[in-house]
Amino acid sequence: MALSYILETPCPGFNFENSTRNTVLDGLLSGGKSKTPSPLKTGTTIAGVVCEGGVVLGADTRATSSEVVADKMCAKIHYIAPNIYCCGAGTAADTEKTTELLASNLSIFSLNSGRNPRVVMAAQIVQDMLFRYHGQIGANLILGGVDCAGGHLYTIGPYGDMDKVPYLAMGSGDLAAMAILEDGFKPNMELESAKKLVRDAIHSGIMSDLGSGNNVDICVITRQGVDYIRPYEESVYKDKRYRRYKYKAGTSAVLTERVIPLEVVEETVQSMDTA
Amino acid sequence: MERHTTDSRVKGVSTGTTILAVKFRGGVLIGSDSRASIGGSYVASRVINKLIQVHDRIFCCIAGSLADAQAVTRAAKFQLSFHSVQMDSPPLVKAAASVLRELCYSNKEELQAGFITAGWDKKKGPQVYTVSLGGMLLSLPFTIGGSGSTYIYGYVDAKYKADMSREECLQFATNALALAMGRDNVSGGIIHLVVITEEGAEHIVIPGDKLPKFHDQ
Repeated sequence: MALSYILETPCPGFNFENSTRNTVLDGLLSGGKSKTPSPLKTGTTIAGVVCEGGVVLGADTRATSSEVVADKMCAKIHYIAPNIYCCGAGTAADTEKTTELLASNLSIFSLNSGRNPRVVMAAQIVQDMLFRYHGQIGANLILGGVDCAGGHLYTIGPYGDMDKVPYLAMGSGDLAAMAILEDGFKPNMELESAKKLVRDAIHSGIMSDLGSGNNVDICVITRQGVDYIRPYEESVYKDKRYRRYKYKAGTSAVLTERVIPLEVVEETVQSMDTA
Repeated sequence: MERHTTDSRVKGVSTGTTILAVKFRGGVLIGSDSRASIGGSYVASRVINKLIQVHDRIFCCIAGSLADAQAVTRAAKFQLSFHSVQMDSPPLVKAAASVLRELCYSNKEELQAGFITAGWDKKKGPQVYTVSLGGMLLSLPFTIGGSGSTYIYGYVDAKYKADMSREECLQFATNALALAMGRDNVSGGIIHLVVITEEGAEHIVIPGDKLPKFHDQ
């Protein structure tokens, strides 16, 4: 019937239609002794420090799915705007999509107003969105950036609580990282010392937390620009490949070959008025 | 003040807290501790400011779920500033308290936040209002709230005097908060105080080592 070809524009925002179906399925599957795959969580250590001249953000690069490391080089520092970056802990999909939504909203704002967004604006948009979803979106974010009023660091929790802080750590490794930050932080630190402090904090999270590991990413945001160093430091436990895993051309024998020429039947050119 | 819900039932970060507001001669003083906790065992922030300015001479302090309280005060701030532009005069303290009460009452199923509103306006001078979890609005000469308030009901009932001077009031509030912070595990940190008079609002911070000490310290 023609009804199946009507274009339905999707409603903006997230769609939780499948959540009831998922809970029903979960019940059915557990009855049958099989497990639904658990969502990818970034058991994580992320940290941020406001220093003189800007903000330094850091993160580990391990993404886990229960006890298996799903991604050894996961990028947890997300781009929001040319002057704002965001570290995300919690459910990987939620932090990805939330930060992407935020980035696209802010880029529309930038195009309309002709200026970079202020960090407090990004923080309030995210806070508003997470509050509306009442904690269903499992995103713990550290939002950091530099605008006309200097460097700022905000924390936003999954329920929509926001706090402006000079230094912060989040994720499963936050206790370990926070210990380092509490000990080493001084107001108006120099950029290099701040980078070292964040690196130490993430390193302590990697060493002391099972859910964090692999490499350390650092993102330095200043008035002059952004320096996204990925990786800042590689894991000491990086495994060595003892063989080459590339195969020469011709390793797989070609048994048969059939060429089907595509005939151009009709060609129409419609030029677009781009004036 | 109604009994505060246990922290384990508050979603996310909660300001299990001690908050108070007291009227004195010529003004009003509003104060709080600075601890925000998660699940009653982890301090999410030890320097959070729970005194939120909703207008030039009207402050409110928050208790309960931090996310809910922040969302409500943001909505209230917007409504009050719009209201004051419409009326072309600063809003009444009662109006601020009413806005908070409306928000709390209409959304009582979803929200878990209580407020104390205090301020100064030209019509009635200094005033203190409390808006409870379910949306009850009361006007009082002084009020205490939060989980730590249960430990100081006796102290404030015994020590409060009507028409105190500014210094007496500061001492009264500081002592009350320090006593509550000493006994309640989810209250602590530093003391934030705001003194609101006709001239304006003054923010005073008392760091942890300058808190009044009692017999056991």
